[in-house]
Amino acid sequence: MNSIATLLAITCMLLLGSSRLLVSIRMVAFQGILLGLLPLFVTDHIGVAAVLLMLTNIGLKSILLPWLLTKALFESGTRREIEPFIGFGASILAGVLLLAVSGYIVNRLQTTAQISSPFTLIAGFFMFFSGLFLLITRRKALTQTLGFLVLENGVFTTGLSLGSEFSVFVELGILLDVFVGIFLMGIMLFHIDREFDHIDADRFNELSDLAVDVGDSEEASE
Amino acid sequence: MISLPSILICLAMIVLAPLFPGVINKTKAFFAGRQGPPLLQLYYDIIKMLQKTSVYSETTTVVTRIAPFVILFSTLAAALLVPVAFRNASVSFSGDIILLAYLLGIGRFFMVLAALDTGSAFEGMGAAREVLYSALAEPALFFGLLVLINETSQTSISAIYEKLTVESWWQNPATFLLVAASWMIVLLVENARIPIDDPNTHLELTMIHEVMILDYSGKDLALIEFAGAVKLAIFSSLLVGLVLSGQELALPAQLLVYAAGMLLVSIVVGIVESTIARFRLLHIPKFIVGSGALAIIALILKLSGN
Amino acid sequence: MNTAYALIILPVITGIISLFISSERLRRNLLVVVAFVHLFMSIMLCTGAAGELNGSWIGLDHLGRLFLMIVSLLFAGSAIYSMEYLDKHPHFDGPAIAGLRMPGNSNAVFVACMQLFLAAMSLSVMSTHLGLQWIGIEATTLASTPLIYYHRNKRSLEAAWKYMILCSVGIALALMGVFFLAMAASSHVQQFTPVGLALFSGYLKIEWLKVAFIFFLVGYGTKMGLAPMHTWLPDAHSEAPSPVSAMLSGALLNCAFLGLLRIYQVCAAVPGVASFASELLIIFGLISLAISGVFILRQPDYKRMLAYSSVEHMGILALGVGLGGSAIAAALLHAVGHSLVKSSLFLLSGNILAVYASKKIEDIKGLLKTMPVSGALWLAGFFAITGTPPFTTFTSEFAIVRVALQSHSWTIAILYLLFLLLVFIGMLTAFMHMSLGKKGEVEVDGSAGESFWQVLPPVVFLTAALFLGLYLPDFMRSAINGAAVLLGGKPL
Repeated sequence: MNSIATLLAITCMLLLGSSRLLVSIRMVAFQGILLGLLPLFVTDHIGVAAVLLMLTNIGLKSILLPWLLTKALFESGTRREIEPFIGFGASILAGVLLLAVSGYIVNRLQTTAQISSPFTLIAGFFMFFSGLFLLITRRKALTQTLGFLVLENGVFTTGLSLGSEFSVFVELGILLDVFVGIFLMGIMLFHIDREFDHIDADRFNELSDLAVDVGDSEEASE
Repeated sequence: MISLPSILICLAMIVLAPLFPGVINKTKAFFAGRQGPPLLQLYYDIIKMLQKTSVYSETTTVVTRIAPFVILFSTLAAALLVPVAFRNASVSFSGDIILLAYLLGIGRFFMVLAALDTGSAFEGMGAAREVLYSALAEPALFFGLLVLINETSQTSISAIYEKLTVESWWQNPATFLLVAASWMIVLLVENARIPIDDPNTHLELTMIHEVMILDYSGKDLALIEFAGAVKLAIFSSLLVGLVLSGQELALPAQLLVYAAGMLLVSIVVGIVESTIARFRLLHIPKFIVGSGALAIIALILKLSGN
Repeated sequence: MNTAYALIILPVITGIISLFISSERLRRNLLVVVAFVHLFMSIMLCTGAAGELNGSWIGLDHLGRLFLMIVSLLFAGSAIYSMEYLDKHPHFDGPAIAGLRMPGNSNAVFVACMQLFLAAMSLSVMSTHLGLQWIGIEATTLASTPLIYYHRNKRSLEAAWKYMILCSVGIALALMGVFFLAMAASSHVQQFTPVGLALFSGYLKIEWLKVAFIFFLVGYGTKMGLAPMHTWLPDAHSEAPSPVSAMLSGALLNCAFLGLLRIYQVCAAVPGVASFASELLIIFGLISLAISGVFILRQPDYKRMLAYSSVEHMGILALGVGLGGSAIAAALLHAVGHSLVKSSLFLLSGNILAVYASKKIEDIKGLLKTMPVSGALWLAGFFAITGTPPFTTFTSEFAIVRVALQSHSWTIAILYLLFLLLVFIGMLTAFMHMSLGKKGEVEVDGSAGESFWQVLPPVVFLTAALFLGLYLPDFMRSAINGAAVLLGGKPL
């Protein structure tokens, strides 16, 4: 359990430091596998439902989604380099900080309730924060999608380590929602590429209330 | 606490230190399919250089002249604090970890001073890099030590290693693996090995360690090279101690295991050097900070009490 | 019980079917039929004709009834409006990208996603299990994103992307909140529903409940458009097609609000947490009011102005719930009023946009002359949205002020009135400029935007808003009061 959580934390660090889009996608895929395995360590009794959930998880998060994103990467012909707002070294430093913050939060929470596996919870928080960090500091729409996926993985890990078990239907529903969400994002990536000729989300400036010229009537298409 | 047998073993390690760069080079040659330089090449080099006089640039001051001695003696003093062959170090007291780190720091400080003293732009650049990278590597070493301190509740490096057992590895495999990994990276950084720095590079622009000692020659260079070899042995010893401590063995067996461990570290370094290309300078800080991140993950994992 | 499931499953099935229908007319008719069947079944459910509902997964309490009726009613209006709207917008086939062909044409996607959107909203409103509710709310995001991207241009794409990313992140936070709430619940709790949790409120772990509430507030608050997490809202609401904007603003924001109310329902049962939650709601409410006031003042785009007005009204809702007492009932009434008025305004803005082909306020003049019916309704909508008597929004906004004054929260009351004034001034200048004056230099044919079916829904909604302001029927009063009591408030 701890080993998997450790690996999850390390993949996050690598994601923060990785400068290649393809590597990042693979990393997230690897995270998906780890995440799929995690439930096996949480519960003692492994039913059919749990195995089903695990397989769906691995299938969606580490095969289908990475495949889609890789395809998006190649079709859009974007540069393979990630262009961050914050450098990679600094990102890892920030990651270290986020990890410490996660540790602090869990430490605080631990005083009020017994947590079965504190480090997994820390890892969950850390993934959550680093996903948020990736979302904010990376330019490309594709990396934002990856960031969201990491964030979502973090939420999943947190849920697991808290042992909040809902029925399989709820879990499946959550998984399905996330999957469809990422899938939609993937499809939108293609459209963004076509409309804007780039997938840099920071160059989205058609809509802003702070810009001088708002709402040029170029496409008042209704 | 000073123990005589340990001093003897430590002396043996110091004398044998130049062997390890030879092992690394042999490994690299093996992977490249070459004969490679002889195992004892560094001894030959040192002996040859000791017979020559040093040449000094006119712009240098006294700093350049004393630096090699300071570097060598601070490194030798540091070696005395390191547990060799799973025995208590020659000298040990609580908190000696700090002294160990700062003795090595003094050596580095003088090397940087000497590099700056020459007034060469290249050497200044190398000095800047050296300072940056070692500063980045320091947390990795210390966070790793914090993990060990937390595990053993000791603050002397000898006591820590004495208390480490095989069980502590079994109880926290992830933690110790992480510390070992991050220390391996620290070893590569501190000793200017690939993928951080290439000892064989011929382009001043990309060098770090080598560029700082460009102006040294003859006896001085011999001292510095020897100090470098001892430093490598120190870090290898720390790593070997971390991985293999806690065996209940008789003295000869201990010596054998230790020697095998040291050789193994050198071979691993050789393998790393043969398989990984040198990183672009831009990526190096990321790599070193990453080693610190590993150590911190280990620390938090340890503190979260499993 | 079966009716409740049918409310969710029916639109899903017909939605998927409509992807494969090739006839434009048939597809559109299907949308309207589904809307009215849904409305009919909702009325059946809410009047109790279909039996009581209190399952551990799907159920319908007073709160649920109120919001289900809003959703269903607005959807019926939007569906009628969409008939003509789709007629005027020739579809175009989506290009094949990476082998993933956008199914059919954009109109088919529109109709299908509208119905899926309805299903998702029904699920989120009727689910009593908090995890299930989360699934419903996330599903609304997914179903509405293609709707926002209906026009397939840069601006709508950018809006859709922002909407998707921000709302998904927000929703992920809310999921974190769900997990924390589960942690707060002790083993006594058998049903993970607001009622089930409130039943054992004494056993809930206070610290965890507080953390959970923060996550819920930020998460669902993002979706609800509370400032400062509102940044996606003006983009999405102004770029979406008008019937969709009406749904987003009138119905979807309420669904997210309901999500927040559900956790508030739990917090209200725990003494230590109730005041904490209320304070946070008041703060976020005031921030939303302030930001929307500032942005409305100099807003050059009337659809964006309406969107910011939604942020303002969500702020009022949060503030009302935060104040507690009878302000909670007032906030619920306000939710109803806002939905009716805002959706009519968005539908009307669609009419105006169709005629003038511009979203800029300065381009539009003399609405009353060019489009007499829409212009008059537009003006009436202005009075309604700014809370002028005798509309129902006045009743509710006034009731909230009264509670603030009664509880001696002077600062809150003053700030609240100040921001309302700001909004009033901003909207006044815009609406007057648009409605009054001469026809303007550009000759426009006003009749194009005034077909019967495109005016009918706003007429009905605004009349209802007016009627509710004059007289609150007993069944509405009891529903609102019942819901307010659930949230620990007092009857109106």
